[in-house]
Amino acid sequence: MGYLPHSEQERRRMLDALGIGSMDELFAEIPEEVRAVAMPELPEPLTEPELVERARKLGAQNRSLDELVCFSGGGIYDRFIPAIVRSVVSRPEFVTPYTPYQPEASQGTLQAMFEYQTMVCELTAMDVANASLYDAATGLGEAILMAASATKRERALISAAAPPAARRTARTYCEAAGISIEEVSFLDDSGATDLEALATALADDVACVCLQQPNFFGVIEQMDAAAELAHDAEALMIAGVEPVSLALLKPPGEYGADIALGEGQALGLPPGFGGPLLGLFACREELVRIMPGRVVGKSQDANGELAYCLTLQTREQHIRRARATSNICTNEGLCALAACVYMAALGPDGLREVATAGARNAHHLRDLIADSDGVATPRFSGDFLNEFVVRVEGSPDQLVRDLCAEGYLGGPALDRDYEALSDCLLLAATECRSREQIEGLVEAGGL
Amino acid sequence: MPEPTLFELSQPGKRCVELPESDLPELESGWIASEQLRDEPPGLPRVTEPEIARHFAHLATKNFNVDANFYPLGSCTMKYNPKANEEIAASPQWSRLHPETPEEHVQGAMRLMHELECWLAEILGLPAVSLHSPAGAAGEFTALRVFRACHESRGDARARVIVPDTAHGTNPASVTRCGYESTNIASNERGRIDLDEIADALDEDVAALMLTNPNTLGLFETDVLEISRMVHDVGGFVYCDGANLNAIMGYARPGEMGFDAVHVNLHKTFSTPHGGGGPGAGPVAVTAELEPFLPIPRLVEREGRIVWDRDRPQSIGTVHSFFGNFLVLVRAWAYILAMGAEGLRRASSDAVLNANYLMRALEGRWELPYPGPCMHEFVLSAESIRKETGLRAADFAKRLLDFGIHPPTMYFPIIVDEALMIEPTETESLRTLDRFIEVMLRLADEAESDPERLSDAPTRTSVGRVDEVKAARDLILRWSEDS
Repeated sequence: MGYLPHSEQERRRMLDALGIGSMDELFAEIPEEVRAVAMPELPEPLTEPELVERARKLGAQNRSLDELVCFSGGGIYDRFIPAIVRSVVSRPEFVTPYTPYQPEASQGTLQAMFEYQTMVCELTAMDVANASLYDAATGLGEAILMAASATKRERALISAAAPPAARRTARTYCEAAGISIEEVSFLDDSGATDLEALATALADDVACVCLQQPNFFGVIEQMDAAAELAHDAEALMIAGVEPVSLALLKPPGEYGADIALGEGQALGLPPGFGGPLLGLFACREELVRIMPGRVVGKSQDANGELAYCLTLQTREQHIRRARATSNICTNEGLCALAACVYMAALGPDGLREVATAGARNAHHLRDLIADSDGVATPRFSGDFLNEFVVRVEGSPDQLVRDLCAEGYLGGPALDRDYEALSDCLLLAATECRSREQIEGLVEAGGL
Repeated sequence: MPEPTLFELSQPGKRCVELPESDLPELESGWIASEQLRDEPPGLPRVTEPEIARHFAHLATKNFNVDANFYPLGSCTMKYNPKANEEIAASPQWSRLHPETPEEHVQGAMRLMHELECWLAEILGLPAVSLHSPAGAAGEFTALRVFRACHESRGDARARVIVPDTAHGTNPASVTRCGYESTNIASNERGRIDLDEIADALDEDVAALMLTNPNTLGLFETDVLEISRMVHDVGGFVYCDGANLNAIMGYARPGEMGFDAVHVNLHKTFSTPHGGGGPGAGPVAVTAELEPFLPIPRLVEREGRIVWDRDRPQSIGTVHSFFGNFLVLVRAWAYILAMGAEGLRRASSDAVLNANYLMRALEGRWELPYPGPCMHEFVLSAESIRKETGLRAADFAKRLLDFGIHPPTMYFPIIVDEALMIEPTETESLRTLDRFIEVMLRLADEAESDPERLSDAPTRTSVGRVDEVKAARDLILRWSEDS
């Protein structure tokens, strides 16, 4: 086994040094009654060439976005990743280190995280950002718990137009901690959150209001109005964001969000069958001491030279144990590094072009669908960026499968999460799509 | 040399990547309400590709990493990360899969996850595995949440979870997160859980007891079966923190020790890289009794095809946006295939051999509060040295950096004063182990002959000892022109 450096002779020497006769004697402390009687039943070990071949063969049962032209949305997007991103995040100096608890041995990772935090602050116009959470779904759970802790209130209001995966996961997170989650409906015509319903639901026991911009249907929300309603009730405003859209859209810091979070996959991560992802997380300065997750701060070394280190660790579980702000003990470090390199590679102009190109492609697609007399019609009237809902004749699930047969990935179908939209599916277009592909999709699906 | 930030490298007019011109119609004016648009572009850096490459190449030289450095970091299992696994996970066959692709077109990925579930079930001795939790602490939360759901389904809501004082801090934090109160119990003089303490703490309000086995002192909890019986007798569940699984693969299985649930850290035992702090993965294995409560969607095999089952009314719900950190799972899958059962057993026995070899070589010169034999790790104490010289565990840790060795885990477990917790793993050569012994003995000498060497350390790293108090006091968390 080439991953284990000892030769048999070396093992012998070491056993001799310990004065024992066999490897099994090392396990003498394990009581007889719990000792394994048989080896686990696993496949026979493979050599590296066999392993690579086995992976290749199994992988051939997948149809990746190299084969399917992606018009699928719902939080994971097919975006162009510049080669410099992969080059940097493949370096063993970034792939194989531990969490940077020893700052003297980790200045590379720490400075990169400090730069990442700054970029997230710039993108969101929020005061402070952490070094990332697992994904947007767990991020929403954390944000709600944070709001509950800040306000000492136990109800959270989430727009039904916020991503279903995040709403579900937030429930798993919050209900165990005694926080109840209620949903606010969306308007049937525009697809935006019903702000009147929000105003009615608000009361002095509500900890926070959560809306996503653009929402799960791709529709632009009135975030400033929602924030005002939340603040009138002394609740916090939690804004879900899509990071690429922030090159164009008003950032959460400018419409009064107290906490901003979002899925960072679009910033240089491959879709990866949904993981690892990147939980972007930022907040107002006043909340920093109850913000979950790791944070890098600037300091100096014993010689007065600039140095970085993890900070605010007294919030964290390894010091506070049961009284920690969160149980989180890791971030998605390498994914945050990818996002950092991606944002540097695109810069403010490049990111705006990416967002604009996606919007242009998606608007062209929607215009084609609206103008044709195919099976699909746009469902909502609200402004949108690069994603929108269509209502289809027949089963949306079947349409997704039919499109796959033609080499296109659309969806997801919305029947799983919205009874009222059981005849609908999402379509998205990024900067990667061409005129030919867009027209091809409409033709292939008879849209 | 300090490396300027990307923001300081930024210059107007510079850029790295350009996009092709589109031949589609321009967006019509008014396509979006103008008050929805931002006035100023985000202040991201404007830099070229060579500058980005050079910047990160410079930063890379400032990191210790497992390819280059020994990390005897207790309970973190910093083993070598095989390159084949990286190459496989980077393949577009896996990395460019969209999670919303219909099942029939991602059978390879679903089969891979199904195989990994089955293999982990075998290794852990528990029948049902969920791969969704994206980290160890997330796995703890998932399992506790499953306990809560199971108790509640019987109308038997409970309030407390027992956590030993040797437990990792995530254990009590996860307990709180799950809405339970954490009850701390002390270890005995042998470094094991004290059965009397458990008996005193146990009643029918106890939802679970969390146990790390081997524990964080590197000792096997020899009373584990009796402990399980006691907790089960009051209707509680027993949870195994699998952080230390690397010690026992092929030798013992959590399922056969009476545990109801266990989480494993794929980034420890199963060799997936730590990435400077993630992404990790913390799969959870449970008994058949608890299986209905596991997160959705569940993978099931039906008529030769793997499908997602979301119709699970007793499930705790979702714990991640999709199915967990899939590309981390791919690496662990590849690792298990390369090792086989015999290889995993050999990994554990070499890990335990290495730890005992280091412990025996150091125990004469260093204080060993809990004598071995140990499993895959052991804990030294610098307390007697501190009393004589005033030097602390952190001084030795920082001095190790000067020799290119990452420090052991410090000040943990909290029951040992001035703790240095050492886990060599199985992927370190005898040459590396002997050099570590040499350096540790030299440090013990230096404490007497040249203590300033230690208190001034490190001097050979990219920066000297960092002032963490100042960082927390001044709190500068982002770059700005005037900071």
